[in-house]
Amino acid sequence: MKKTVIKGADVLGRGRSDLLIADGRLVETGRLDIADAEVVDADGLVALPGLVDLHTHLRQPGYEESETVLSGSQAAAKGGYTAVCAMANSTPVADSPAVVEQVADLGRRAGYVDVQPIGAVSQGLEGRRLAEMGEMAQSQARVRMFSDDGKCVNDPLLMRRALEYAASVDGLIAQHAEESRLTEGSQMHEGAVSARLGMVGWPEVAETSIIARDVLLAEYLDARVHFCHVSTRRSAEIIAAAKKRGVAVTAEVCPHHLILTDHAAQGYDPVFKVNPPLRENDDVEALRSALADGTIDAVATDHAPHSAENKDCEWNAARPGMLGLETALSIAVEALGGPEDVDWNLVAERTSRTPARIAGLRAHGHDFDIGAEANLTLVDPGGRWTVYGNELSSLSTNTPYAGMELPVTVNATFLRGNATVRNGQLTEAMGEN
Amino acid sequence: MKHLIDTADLSREQAELLLHQAEEMSRAVSGREVPKLPALRGRTVVNLFFEDSTRTRTSFETAAKRLSADVVNFAAKSSSVNKGESLKDTALTLQAMGADAVVVRHGAAGVPERLATWLPSSILNAGDGLRGHPTQALLDAYTLQQRLGRLDGRTVTIVGDILHSRVARSNVWLLNTLGANVRLIGPPTLMPRRIESWPAEVGYDLDAALPDSDAIMMLRVQRERMLGGFFPSEREYSLRYGLDQRRAARLPEEAPIMHPGPMNRGLEIASAVADSPRTTIVDQVTNGIWVRMAALYLLLTNGDDE
Repeated sequence: MKKTVIKGADVLGRGRSDLLIADGRLVETGRLDIADAEVVDADGLVALPGLVDLHTHLRQPGYEESETVLSGSQAAAKGGYTAVCAMANSTPVADSPAVVEQVADLGRRAGYVDVQPIGAVSQGLEGRRLAEMGEMAQSQARVRMFSDDGKCVNDPLLMRRALEYAASVDGLIAQHAEESRLTEGSQMHEGAVSARLGMVGWPEVAETSIIARDVLLAEYLDARVHFCHVSTRRSAEIIAAAKKRGVAVTAEVCPHHLILTDHAAQGYDPVFKVNPPLRENDDVEALRSALADGTIDAVATDHAPHSAENKDCEWNAARPGMLGLETALSIAVEALGGPEDVDWNLVAERTSRTPARIAGLRAHGHDFDIGAEANLTLVDPGGRWTVYGNELSSLSTNTPYAGMELPVTVNATFLRGNATVRNGQLTEAMGEN
Repeated sequence: MKHLIDTADLSREQAELLLHQAEEMSRAVSGREVPKLPALRGRTVVNLFFEDSTRTRTSFETAAKRLSADVVNFAAKSSSVNKGESLKDTALTLQAMGADAVVVRHGAAGVPERLATWLPSSILNAGDGLRGHPTQALLDAYTLQQRLGRLDGRTVTIVGDILHSRVARSNVWLLNTLGANVRLIGPPTLMPRRIESWPAEVGYDLDAALPDSDAIMMLRVQRERMLGGFFPSEREYSLRYGLDQRRAARLPEEAPIMHPGPMNRGLEIASAVADSPRTTIVDQVTNGIWVRMAALYLLLTNGDDE
């Protein structure tokens, strides 16, 4: 039986403690001296439940030059993740059992994180007819989240049907809230900066009007709805009001919306082009508060790798999106008070426990419960690192943080007790390859 | 000054230097039998136009030739760009050709900045999307100076489709830098949101703005905008924002009437007004050459190379 002892970690809620892992599960905690165990020195490190990302674009099948399930899984492990939810906008679209099973299988073979496919809401993401949600839910991929992300489910009747139907398979609709008529031709956030730069703006009301509508639909239908990449103060206000009324609404925020503003567009460097766009400082402050107080439930990366030719070009021609998996924890810590004042329990709540609960990933987001799968991350709270695109594990390099020094480093990540990252470096994973 | 991309980047000193240099160019060339200076002999200026614009391209070409530069016209529509070549590949081709200056017009804002990151050449923005057209603003300011003397404290009213106008954007910042008050008038649907952050007054009533305008600049209505539903009809636009004789008569007597061209006669400007001696439209074309000569000269020689 393989045994590993993590020695002297700062374990949430228990102070300094050792963790004994055997056969992929946590079996004992406390002060431990186990003779036949591999020892991991975790002195000075914080042990977190493994991070869970609700929103990852792995680009496979279809855009393997930008990312593959393997490379994306490696990037996730480096970022401290043990599970990622893979968005459905691949080619072909993940709107059938065959595609979601292919993605899940590629994830198992890669072996770095649990890859949970998200199914499309509508066939081909076309917003006309429901995808085979029941079949995807019953497939081996056991899909529970459905999203047309990249596109909004604009048609209110289709959204109603999706919310109703998802409930029958214990599913959840994750909405990309964007009233597309209000964002036609848009290139960045509509505000003083877009007015100045001569770019067509993406008004915040395009997001808030859909969120307001879907909150009312969910309330009317007594259904659950989840909002992807919430980006404005008003969105957070609508969600807070909905929660107060008891509507089953959850929301995520992306790291970049917690730290960057539309001012980043001023040099017209498309690395800062993202959808929804970077907003204003007032939005950033509101989103940080909403994340801290639980109005926004989770940090999700919207990890969106793009090949060089899709980013090293003029702004208008560039695809929206930025890398996120390897930098998310650092940005979340920064947004939740900085490494000196950070509440690690809150970090765990927003990056692991709650996203695991939203996605229905029962093996993740545990607080070191005896008997639970050992999916965890060791973080150096005093670590600092400088981001270089070409040093990231992703096949793409479109990080907005290039050259920036960020707080907190991931020292190790364990998936079912096996280290996928040790001393900050990827290990040979235990995939089925 | 290495590039001329955005009038908002120009200090008052730089803007005045450009206008002063334009005047010098006018003096140096006017009256010469061969209207040509040797200042840029041996230098290569590439006109890289992704959008059709015969006027602007010809003006830059004339300016470069009068400074004895070699001019390469790279009409992107008939080039490999049509075969899918990226902007960056085009830039690398220009670099291989040894372009000293690239004059670029493109339908997307920010293309000049992107070229400046890839190329060692000086970049002159000849219009990028909705963002800027700095030499147009400079020639407008030059023309206004000719008519009004100094711009300090003068009120310039710009009328029409501010939202889609790179001419308006470049003028707002340049005229403000030069001390003028800028007033923007047009339908609210054609004003950018958060325009209050601009150094300009904003209003919707043209009639009220006329009597205390020291100059008026009418913008072209792009007829394709009608499809976007920005205003109910051409008739209503013309009635509310068109400059007819009755309105022109309410301007102060000396106030020049400007238009960047081409004009929609009968829509934003009545023919009788367009053809009156108060308009500066022909002067603007001539002054465009002096201003573009000045810009090319200053960017390529730092003003210290005769």
